[in-house]
Amino acid sequence: MHEMSLCEGILQILENESAKQNFTKVKKVALEIGPLSGVEIDALKFSFDVVMKGSLAEGSELIIIEMPATAWCMQCAETVTIEQRYDDCPVCGSAQLQVTAGEELSIKELEVD
Amino acid sequence: MCTVCGCSSGNLKIDGESKDHMLDQPHDHSHSHSHNHGHSHDHPHSHDHDHSHDHDHDHSHDHIHHDDHTHDYGKGPAHAHAPGLSQARMVQIEQNILSKNDEYASANRAFFNERGILALNLVSSPGSGKTTTLCRTINELKDKHACSVIEGDQQTANDAERIRETGVKAIQVNTGKGCHLDGHMVGHALGSLNPEEGSFVFIENVGNLVCPASFDLGEAHKVVILSVTEGEDKPLKYPDMFHAADLMLLNKVDLLPHIEFDVEQTIENARRVNPGIKVLQISSTTGEGYSDWINWLEATLALATTGHSFKTENSPSHTKLDVSAVGE
Repeated sequence: MHEMSLCEGILQILENESAKQNFTKVKKVALEIGPLSGVEIDALKFSFDVVMKGSLAEGSELIIIEMPATAWCMQCAETVTIEQRYDDCPVCGSAQLQVTAGEELSIKELEVD
Repeated sequence: MCTVCGCSSGNLKIDGESKDHMLDQPHDHSHSHSHNHGHSHDHPHSHDHDHSHDHDHDHSHDHIHHDDHTHDYGKGPAHAHAPGLSQARMVQIEQNILSKNDEYASANRAFFNERGILALNLVSSPGSGKTTTLCRTINELKDKHACSVIEGDQQTANDAERIRETGVKAIQVNTGKGCHLDGHMVGHALGSLNPEEGSFVFIENVGNLVCPASFDLGEAHKVVILSVTEGEDKPLKYPDMFHAADLMLLNKVDLLPHIEFDVEQTIENARRVNPGIKVLQISSTTGEGYSDWINWLEATLALATTGHSFKTENSPSHTKLDVSAVGE
């Protein structure tokens, strides 16, 4: 449910940036989202359209760049890809993993007029 | 909804009063947006830069790399922009979506730090005994320490009333349709609550193991409460919350003889998502385990008050020591 608040956060950022960087219309919004960010992407897409209605980003296209979640495996001494926070190492099965990426939740770039 | 800051649409109420921008409370929108460009460069991979690199050049494309920094970033067409975006007019902003909330949370954290206040964000699913735990905890603390409470619920002021029966200050925030407290709501509540220096501020979040994990309120620690009637796999089902918490209170342990619940398994599951989490077993009905919990609270408060020119130990709450005697 907090995807709605996240979209309100996105809109605030767009509004701030439009004043700073001198644009009046947002056509595309690219977000980077990691699997450990706690965001349900479908819910985010749904909320995005609703929240952007009547704003400078009404009808804009939402582009989601799904980032991989990775962890450092102490046993393998290598970076491995994981799906969830409590996954074991997909290579050696060790639970000694330190999550190194996957919490991304940011606006990367915009296409504007 | 506030069109400036988007502060929670509709039904946000603090102690029954609607907070939709009409109160005399200061509602400062002029946050001086200090673009933090210091992205932590996650370089887990072995410098394989064929993908677009999240470099911290925001507004300009000046790729002037210093000698000590000789990676080749984003060569190629369109400067390795996100797929689907043309070069038409690109604006790179690289901003965390939660940055607005984080600004409010930082302001709250500064408020707490300046006053040597220990703020704890209590999170759990509904019915795990948050309010009962809070009432008992306050009863054990209140003779020695000042306490105050921010209660978050979708509706009703019942919980704040339960807390006020213990004799401490409490303020109810009704989130309306919202599923979590955010930094902005807590900032508003702090304005009315006016907690003492060197005191405890307990923030009882909305009963929800999902959303509150993402929203920093400015607290020193998140404390997650899990009751033994809920099932051993809760930490695995809601890993974000157990990952975000520093302490887990395993509540209702007085019921253990009557139910099937594997304490060890639960703790193992919690450590799986958060190897550093501390676990205390308590019963808010019988008081079992409370000495450890109170010790943790007092030790953590001692850290929060360290360096402040007032003391809370052995001094009556609400009273500041003469700071001139201690010196600045």
